[in-house]
Amino acid sequence: MLLARVLEEKLASLYRAGKINGGVFLGKGQEALSASLGMSLRKGDIFAPLIRDQAGRLAFGEDILEAVRTYMGSALGPMRGREGNVHRGRPKDGYYAMISHLGAMISVVCGGLIARRFKGEKGVVGATCIGDGGTSTGAFHEALNLAAVEKLPLVLLIANNQFAYSTPNDREFACHDLVDRAIGYGVEGHKVDATDLDACLDVVGRAVARAREGHGPQMVVASLLRLSGHGEHDDASYIPEALKAAHLGQDCLKTAECTLLDRKWISPEELAELTGSIQQQVEEAIATVQREPAPDPATETWCALATPGLDDTFCA
Amino acid sequence: MITYLEAIREAQAKALTDDPRVYIYGQDVGRFGGAFKATKNLAHEFPGRVLDAPISEDAMVGSAIGAAIEGMRPIVEIQYADFSTPGFNQIVNHAASLYWRTRVPCPITVRLPSGGTAGSGPFHSQSMEGVYAQYPGLVILTPATVEDAYSMLLEAVAIDDPVLFCEHKYLYYHLKAEGLPTEALPVGKARIARPGRDVTVVTYSAMVHEALAAAEELSGEGYEVEVVDLRSIKPIDTDTVLASVARTGRLLAVGEAWPWGGVTAEVVARVASEGLALLDAPPRRLNAKNTPIPFHPNLWGTHRPTAPTVARALRDLLRL
Repeated sequence: MLLARVLEEKLASLYRAGKINGGVFLGKGQEALSASLGMSLRKGDIFAPLIRDQAGRLAFGEDILEAVRTYMGSALGPMRGREGNVHRGRPKDGYYAMISHLGAMISVVCGGLIARRFKGEKGVVGATCIGDGGTSTGAFHEALNLAAVEKLPLVLLIANNQFAYSTPNDREFACHDLVDRAIGYGVEGHKVDATDLDACLDVVGRAVARAREGHGPQMVVASLLRLSGHGEHDDASYIPEALKAAHLGQDCLKTAECTLLDRKWISPEELAELTGSIQQQVEEAIATVQREPAPDPATETWCALATPGLDDTFCA
Repeated sequence: MITYLEAIREAQAKALTDDPRVYIYGQDVGRFGGAFKATKNLAHEFPGRVLDAPISEDAMVGSAIGAAIEGMRPIVEIQYADFSTPGFNQIVNHAASLYWRTRVPCPITVRLPSGGTAGSGPFHSQSMEGVYAQYPGLVILTPATVEDAYSMLLEAVAIDDPVLFCEHKYLYYHLKAEGLPTEALPVGKARIARPGRDVTVVTYSAMVHEALAAAEELSGEGYEVEVVDLRSIKPIDTDTVLASVARTGRLLAVGEAWPWGGVTAEVVARVASEGLALLDAPPRRLNAKNTPIPFHPNLWGTHRPTAPTVARALRDLLRL
């Protein structure tokens, strides 16, 4: 959580300094939920993170260099400058790379799980995340229904951060609570307060365990507030002050740190030392990537096919 | 005798037999055998590998992409090409970009029962190949013969890229061959369906047969029409097209899709830019009319190009 926060705050400052092409999208306020998912998954599972899942990506095993390289467009990154920011992954390692269209990754994870079933693999879980806005897409509905029909070990986290870009919940859906939809799909539903790391670890961990044990798709609806704009270009002036001051407005990272200090699982000095070493790690990663080459149009293949012989050479 | 439709069924049976990574996913494809019976008995012969899907084209294609990431080679049957539009996003934005973005190939085959038949109307008759061809990252096949329906579908499954297999519904039962082919042209090569020296018709899928009938009609008038069957419209075998135009000096591109842009426009553009000096007359196009596809056979038969309208267009072109 702390690494994700420090990394993203650094990326945001690079964005403000004009050093990043494209957008920067923070998971601020969603780290407890996202990290809980990444920590509950195992090597060999499938994870398709979404926009605000830096913490989950790191917990699932992403090297921060991959994040920095993708944001900064390094030719050495996993996307080699062809894609930026949150659109990254290593699909062969079960870490899928999202496309921008919301809801699209859910059925892709379902397909990954169908493949694992064909191969006879047992105990695999596939997980992905979406926001409150993404629940309104047809892709969301089609995929969750498919997962239920096939009884797949899918964990779907819905991070209800109250706003789809600027659109509040009451313009996005009319049901009383998104978790009520679980019964309609025939999947198990869970609710969690995502400002509380303990609760996230418990509920998300239980959902992952239920999926792994063969209880079919699990839908977790988490309540939180996005503590940033949609992206760093957005000042989020549409979020009412009263909401920021309310329970959902608490920072899950600060709350988690207080809990650790209260329980004396960490001392203030150790926390300061940890924060310092993480800041140094992030600075070093950025310094490394800043020295790396940018993609070169002259050496780019300009071929979208895995079978170059089938490329339409007239279009080249 | 084997029909075009039976060849598609046999190709899928062979793919399932030869490669354990292959499975079939689509609406009603299981015990029912598919809306057109293209998967007849396959669920019985290959238990657990021919799966009925909910009416969810986006999720059907999306799940195939996920399975392909994990090393499977899914065949997705979309019931009618027209119904691929709800799955459009996963096809053009996800399957088509996956390899380029991640270096992980996306070997899915999406079968699109395409084109018109009498009485099918606006939403069960469309030819979508030109729409999809605009997007990089896809291979688009349009078989016009029983032999190609079989061999190109087998090749589609073997190709490491997403393939849209545009099988023509009008040919399903009309077209018959003695048996399954033992050899075939590779994907990406066009075929001279009929040699000629006076004018070239470049076409594909069911229109190949309308062009061949028109060529037969014109042979009685002393003209030798060369018919080029593109077989694949992405990639287009531009060399074979240009070589034919070099022989004849005249080009008519015929397609069943709508007239704005599309495959025929692409063919004319290529010939105009690379082979203008080969032409003795302006290159021409013949397509469907610019309206939704009508239901009544009288209207439908006039909406799409047919042998008489191809013959008329050829006579006009030969007089230039």
